[in-house]
Amino acid sequence: MPENIIRVMIAKPGLDGHDRGARVLARCFRDAGFEVIYTGCHQTPEQIAAAAIQEDVDVVGLSCLSGAHRYLFPAVVDQLRQRGGDDITVVGGGIIPDQDFQFLYDAGLKALFTPGEKLDDIVDWFRKNVKKRD
Amino acid sequence: MTDKVKKIQSGDVRTASRLIRHLEDNVHEARSTMKDIFPLTGHAHVVGLTGSPGAGKSTLVDALIEAFRKMGKTVGVIAVDPTSPFTGGAILGDRIRMQRHAEDPGVFVRSVATRGALGGLSRAVGDAIHIMDVMGKDIVLVETVGTGQQEVDIMHYAHTVLVVLIPGMGDDIQAIKAGILEIANIFVINKAEREGSSKLRKELITMLNMAPDSAFPAGWRPPILKCENAFQPATFSQSVMDLAQTIHEHYEHLVKNNLIGSWSNRKAATEFNEAIRCAILDPILNSLMQNGELDAMIRKLVNKETDPYTLAEEIAGRFLKMG
Repeated sequence: MPENIIRVMIAKPGLDGHDRGARVLARCFRDAGFEVIYTGCHQTPEQIAAAAIQEDVDVVGLSCLSGAHRYLFPAVVDQLRQRGGDDITVVGGGIIPDQDFQFLYDAGLKALFTPGEKLDDIVDWFRKNVKKRD
Repeated sequence: MTDKVKKIQSGDVRTASRLIRHLEDNVHEARSTMKDIFPLTGHAHVVGLTGSPGAGKSTLVDALIEAFRKMGKTVGVIAVDPTSPFTGGAILGDRIRMQRHAEDPGVFVRSVATRGALGGLSRAVGDAIHIMDVMGKDIVLVETVGTGQQEVDIMHYAHTVLVVLIPGMGDDIQAIKAGILEIANIFVINKAEREGSSKLRKELITMLNMAPDSAFPAGWRPPILKCENAFQPATFSQSVMDLAQTIHEHYEHLVKNNLIGSWSNRKAATEFNEAIRCAILDPILNSLMQNGELDAMIRKLVNKETDPYTLAEEIAGRFLKMG
């Protein structure tokens, strides 16, 4: 019988080494029954996109606490498109001011999760919104 | 030949990784693509790395990628990590050590979860090796899960098996145990700057001295290489360069002594076993599961109303027409 396991990549773009949140989420997704690929800190958008294609993930979760999300998040979306990965869902999290939300949605991010978000709610969002690709 | 196979032959990562995913997910059409892939295989040198958790396998793989790239070879990596037996989820973290190669078009790294397979690999590994082979990768490195003593499946898939050990893991008796130590074509003592590495080396030599000649096909006695101090890049890369050279020599040894043939027999038998299981056992279990019969049978077993042997015979009688 075909299995349907969600594959997630958790990545930290740019010069931000604060990965506690990313690790907590990786663990939480594992416990939700997802396969989680964690790339570690200090990744370029190019590295993240290339890895996402090689790993054939359904969704890339970006974490950024340094304030560079307006540059880095859209850059990952763009790199994925260039590599034929436009069917991969991209979401973001971290310290992101409310006034940046619309800008990031317009750039192609599908959801943003900020401090205070409940882990269960995040998992629910993934289950409902990460679309099955053919 | 389908478009998909042509794309894979031209090295298209997107198509290849998608196909590996479909095989992992047990999508039926993926099997038929493999029928076209299989005849095209046979180019790659498959190298397995196994050893206990924390022995440094991923770091070694990362350094070996660099070494083989310097030798002008393209590299595929299949990194296996365990699936949680409780949730079915997995954290695949081997890639962290290899991310510097992410953008190199000559390198393709794919993480896979065991998804319940025993033996240190996953069911999709054999297929993933074929796919990377047909993509034209010269070397395919397969990193097993952190293993204990009995996860030896890698020997059926890899031409060359590296067993990665670190000093201070146990007393001498470990060296006479069967299992993982027997499958090594090359021993690597990693983190060799640590105390106990000379002792470990001596123990391995003693173990090899006691082995019968038949344990060394055409006289290949597994060499013991030391890799020390991954944090001193110059010396570490040099020892990994030597390791890459030894891996290459092992392959040449297999070719020169016509040992590839007996290796291929063993590999074909393993693959055939696996394919039969996919073609026969899975559909039977699926049908029993779908109509709820499986649950009923398990209840009967728990209540000791019947025994597993009788039940299995009954199912074989129902589904299989022998002869």
